Amino acid sequence: MNKELDEREEIAQAASSAHGGERQPKVRSKRSIERKGLIFTGICVGLVVVLVVTLIFMVCSRGIATFAHDGISLGSFLSGTTWNPHSKGADGQPRMGALPMICGSFAVTLLSCVISLPFALGASIFVVEVQPTFGQKVFRPMVELLTGIPSVVYGLVGLSIVVKWTSSWAGGTGYGIFSGSIVLALMILPTVTSLATDAIAAVPDSYRDGSYGLGCTRWQTILHVVLPSAMPGIVTAVIMGMTRAFGEALAVQMVIGNAAQMPTGLFTPASTLTSVLTMGMGNEAMGTVYNDVLWSLAMVLLLMSLVFILIVHLIGRKGAAKNG
Amino acid sequence: MASEETVDGGISYVTKRLRAEDHVATGVLTAIVAAILVVLVAIIGYIVASGASKAFDPHFLSAKPEQFKAGGGIGPELFNSFYLLVLTLLISLPISLGAAIFLTQYAPEGPVTNIAKTAIETLSSLPSIVVGLFGMLVFVLGAGWGFSIISGALALTMFNIPILVRVIQQALEAVPRDQRDAALALGLTRWEATIHILVPAAMPAIVTGVILSAGRVFGEAAALIYTAGQSAPALDFTNFNLASPSCPWNMFRPAETLAVHIWKINSEGVVPDLTAVSAGTAAVLMICILLFNVLARIVGRALERRLTAE
Amino acid sequence: MTSTTPLLATEDVTVSYSGKEALHPTSLSFEKGGVTALIGPSGCGKSTFLRSLNLMNREIPGCRIGGSILHHGKDVNTRGVDTYQLRKQIGMVFQQPNPFRKSIRENIAFAPKRHGLSGKANIDALVEESLRAAALWDEVKGKLDQSAYALSGGQQQRLCIARTLAMHPDVVLMDEPCSALDPIATYSIEETIRDMAKRGICVVIVTHNMEQAARVSDRTAFFLLGDMVEFGPTPELFSRPKDKRLDDYLTGRFG
Repeated sequence: MNKELDEREEIAQAASSAHGGERQPKVRSKRSIERKGLIFTGICVGLVVVLVVTLIFMVCSRGIATFAHDGISLGSFLSGTTWNPHSKGADGQPRMGALPMICGSFAVTLLSCVISLPFALGASIFVVEVQPTFGQKVFRPMVELLTGIPSVVYGLVGLSIVVKWTSSWAGGTGYGIFSGSIVLALMILPTVTSLATDAIAAVPDSYRDGSYGLGCTRWQTILHVVLPSAMPGIVTAVIMGMTRAFGEALAVQMVIGNAAQMPTGLFTPASTLTSVLTMGMGNEAMGTVYNDVLWSLAMVLLLMSLVFILIVHLIGRKGAAKNG
Repeated sequence: MASEETVDGGISYVTKRLRAEDHVATGVLTAIVAAILVVLVAIIGYIVASGASKAFDPHFLSAKPEQFKAGGGIGPELFNSFYLLVLTLLISLPISLGAAIFLTQYAPEGPVTNIAKTAIETLSSLPSIVVGLFGMLVFVLGAGWGFSIISGALALTMFNIPILVRVIQQALEAVPRDQRDAALALGLTRWEATIHILVPAAMPAIVTGVILSAGRVFGEAAALIYTAGQSAPALDFTNFNLASPSCPWNMFRPAETLAVHIWKINSEGVVPDLTAVSAGTAAVLMICILLFNVLARIVGRALERRLTAE
Repeated sequence: MTSTTPLLATEDVTVSYSGKEALHPTSLSFEKGGVTALIGPSGCGKSTFLRSLNLMNREIPGCRIGGSILHHGKDVNTRGVDTYQLRKQIGMVFQQPNPFRKSIRENIAFAPKRHGLSGKANIDALVEESLRAAALWDEVKGKLDQSAYALSGGQQQRLCIARTLAMHPDVVLMDEPCSALDPIATYSIEETIRDMAKRGICVVIVTHNMEQAARVSDRTAFFLLGDMVEFGPTPELFSRPKDKRLDDYLTGRFG
């Protein structure tokens, strides 16, 4: 330590004489500046990590209370088809079957991905392969605009347009999984499109050149060379779309019909995890079993998002290994 | 070549078919892109048009909402949306800046960095309703603040941090490496190089990104329903008593925002002119967000010009 | 410090990236007021060696510098070394001119100010002194507050040299400083190098251009595939190379 201080004194002397005797008594040592910078930024990062961990912990601990504390069985929660927590079933337990909502969530998620994928993929191919300048200058900014539309506005459009249109040709009220999927498909379109565009644009031109050099047409090249190579990225794009769709609350809640029953079709009112959560959380007092089970729904939502992230990570690792 | 069948002018049959395939495919793709653009313009056009009559009505923009009669306005909600936005940016910006600087300048290779990156990625993928519920647990109930602006701002901060961190990180990484090298070679610390050289150079991209993120925050509702609440006390702009619920600047009062208002009146269904009010509110929301988008580009470009011309 | 202690010397310095050794043990010494050229084909390790002299390699994740680097006889390749002070005394000029996005005056004054210099008179004096030393003063004295990016490539590089000289270093490391410049700009920078040497600054310059090495340096080291192959007075090295590989390089059998 002393040796360091002596050295620093020496160097400070040398520095001051080098600068014509201009010795600033208040020069903060560089090391302390660096350390302070490291501490500040480290705290910021640490804060974020702590927040995420706390969030996961708190939501899960509340969600588990239903099973651990209130005695609801996990099995009946996950597979029970009746959601009517105010009433008790034959076994004296409140009817807390979450299966209707789980099915509803998965149904809208999958259906919305199926609807939006062809459009997203088609648009990405167009933007990268067919008209790159138009794509960069016009299409991408406009799609970015779509990302900026708030989910309530999508919900409103869903209410005023989609639901009415659905009921006009499918009969019924128009609320249901189909309308929900259309609205969600619109919402996730920008996400899936921009990620898929990135994936396709990332395919090296040398692959395309190789194909053209063999005499293939543009479409053959796209179908047989570009798309397979971009596949991990495209799959990631779809999974990210699914993540967004699965977690979307308000837009879905406004058009799904909010009937907590097993979905019997695409055009009958149904529920998703998010819709039940949104509507129920305000109504039930903390500490009651109903409230606890709502937290269990939140926990299921949370765990599904984590699963999606994990899948994306695994694809990323596999893709990286494949492309070497 | 396998099939040498020549049909009109030396173009083989196979080639003709492949070309036709190509044309059809291109046609389909063009149709898809056109459809998307049409839908986009239609949505925005519909929202703005159907709400235009209310959106530009000064009474609508300043009056307080009505519960059971028609003619309510969105005055408090409009103020609340902006107030929440500013608060959220004030809180989330320094934290995001710090985190982004850590990840780009200090992060050592290894578990620490990976944990940090994963945490941020996780936060960005969480459903906003879950973030809102967490906010409810910690701020509304845990801290005892009740439904309040501060609870909402903190929840929105959690929502906004991953967005900002990514924006700032990209902006910093886009600055050429040798700017940083030059600063370090002159005996400066990484902190000084970042703050005095990199951040100023990345400023146009950062500002653009921040304004765009403001658009996302402005329209967020799910995270606010259970943090900032669904009620909007009438605001008295002459009241400077920070503890009073009618003081607009009181951070501990409930504050329904524009987006939450749309959802609430549609789910409650008691307001007689709810279609018009929703449409008007949505139009105001959309117009503000479009303005944010335009502002982001204008400011970004102006800063870029000033940076390279100075 | 005796008069025979070299200003800067390395003893068995190695550089490894993520465990792979890119520079094998290299021992060289540099004198006050001397100009040493490091030559060799691409990827031979000369730039890697140069960047270890001011510990810049430490900024690369996964990079390790082994061996001793003796500045004024003291080993600076230690954990506790004050890199900030070291880099004031050992400056570096890079291949691509990289002035800061600031005015000409600010480019030069920025680092000294952050190291404690204050007072407008002092700053202005330092700016003028540095610009004169880099042979740039006459060309820019009327427009010190203009953006550095308004200058030509050659002028920008001289600005970068001025910026380095403002720290009053005793060693200046130059990593192919002329490779992005035209012959006239190159000439003026070579003049500046000779001038720095006359004022007692030790210059170590990495160059791809053998003629430049012959013009500007008094000693030359030849690197190949991570090894320092031969080191000696420039005229001798070029006319009577001892190692066959150097001979092949000089006669263009490989490049």
